[in-house]
Amino acid sequence: MIITKEEEMMLNGERGEGVQKAMEIIVALGKIYGAKNLIKIESAHISGVSYKNLGDEGLEFLEEIANTGVKVSVKTTLNPAGIDLDFWETLGFKRDFAEKQIKIIKAYEKMGVKTTCTCTPYLTENKPKLGKHVAWGESSAIIYVNSVLGARTNRESGISALASAITGRTANYGLHLDENRLADYKINVKCEVKGISDFGALGYLIGKKIGNKIPYIIGVKSASLDELKALGAAMAASGAIGLFHIEGITPETNMKKMIKENAEEIEITSLKEAYETLNSDVKDIDLVSIGCPHTSINEITEIARLIRGRKIKTELWITTSRYLYNEAKKLGLIDVINEAGGKVIRDTCIIVAPIEDLGFKTLATNSGKMALLAPLHSKVKVRFGNLNQCIKAALEGEWIDN
Amino acid sequence: MIIKGRIIKAGNVEGEALVSMEPIAFFGGVDPETGKIIERNHPLEGEIISGKILVFPHGKGSTVGTYILYRMKKKGTAPKAIINEECEPIIAVGTIISDIPCIDKVDIKKIKSGDKIRIEGDTIYVNE
Repeated sequence: MIITKEEEMMLNGERGEGVQKAMEIIVALGKIYGAKNLIKIESAHISGVSYKNLGDEGLEFLEEIANTGVKVSVKTTLNPAGIDLDFWETLGFKRDFAEKQIKIIKAYEKMGVKTTCTCTPYLTENKPKLGKHVAWGESSAIIYVNSVLGARTNRESGISALASAITGRTANYGLHLDENRLADYKINVKCEVKGISDFGALGYLIGKKIGNKIPYIIGVKSASLDELKALGAAMAASGAIGLFHIEGITPETNMKKMIKENAEEIEITSLKEAYETLNSDVKDIDLVSIGCPHTSINEITEIARLIRGRKIKTELWITTSRYLYNEAKKLGLIDVINEAGGKVIRDTCIIVAPIEDLGFKTLATNSGKMALLAPLHSKVKVRFGNLNQCIKAALEGEWIDN
Repeated sequence: MIIKGRIIKAGNVEGEALVSMEPIAFFGGVDPETGKIIERNHPLEGEIISGKILVFPHGKGSTVGTYILYRMKKKGTAPKAIINEECEPIIAVGTIISDIPCIDKVDIKKIKSGDKIRIEGDTIYVNE
């Protein structure tokens, strides 16, 4: 691997101990994946933020590296934490957990990371442009950036994204290279796909069928950005997919042929299998949860429209970023939701928060990703359906099949 | 015997080899408090890896394994060095942040548990 003079200085410790460690990580990953050189990145997004996942080991590591005085050198955003950083106490989170979580955020802050904790930084202050190189963690954000924005990142871990943020470099391999962005499978969708939950169901099926390969989807005629967000998130959770193409919809498909000559074709004729697998048979619902990935303004607007002037019977958590919360507040949407009994929660989500500590046993959601992961991470039983069904469950206190 | 490998994390150390022909998951597979392998039915189940030159094909399992290596180093239960056939990111990043020498691209079948190992740069001396 060839590295520049400046990169060599970082590696030799001439830019400080923290930069040296970060560069050692980037170079080691480059060796492992056979990169020929390093490339400069425009931004980074760091996963590995919740104390629930990092534990004391991760906290100790982050405090130690922050104490070396090292700073990130490119725009860097942060994934959701395990709590709403302001309202954790009223939401019922434990003090010990909250204190450790706040220490983690402080360590990142010390390194110059923007601490808007969200899995959708591309809806706020970190939106990479077509063809640009970045180093991102968070599977749902990685796949959105690659597929919907057409920027380029590998599936980074929390530490490798941090190392890239510090050095401003990533190793040039994988999805950074043109030849590795071509689809391995043609997915021919022959059923109707409409709304957030349908796109999540489709993503779940594709991830299950093709694992870590790249799909080229045909037969989907239109999709909103929110639907693409749900599709990618589910696909990246059930498989390990970092990039998808939809013919005529995702940007790279309009520029050149993005599928391999020998791509195998798979037909999807129904989403029934996904809805059956992701649903349990519970009827009483404790919590209705919308916002995995974090909700956009359009989604918050739609929820407010559905519950305006009504009273809900379950808990309703809408998770979003601090940035969009403030926007929704200005539009009066937060008040509408609060008056109906719902909560709009910032900085965190159901997957990375310790919600098992809060006594929730059953949950309804329109997110394919959450329906797949919540039972594994938080030991709750899940109902998965479209937004109208979820809001109906919140109003009635129980799940009603369509 | 002298074996050449590829440096993942540089460092010179000496110690006794502990060899597994199966991959190792540090998260869930190793107890960081005691340094004991706790994965059920693992060929090294019950063995202590602390202070050993740990030889195995590659890491497996959760990326949290990276932080487990770091924890072990802080607790004094970490292996002295790691030799892999093909290093992957969990082990590579774990050894770098924990300052544990690590070499890969090594035919690990040539090393037996109990061998006396000395690592200097990219060179491994076995019973030399």
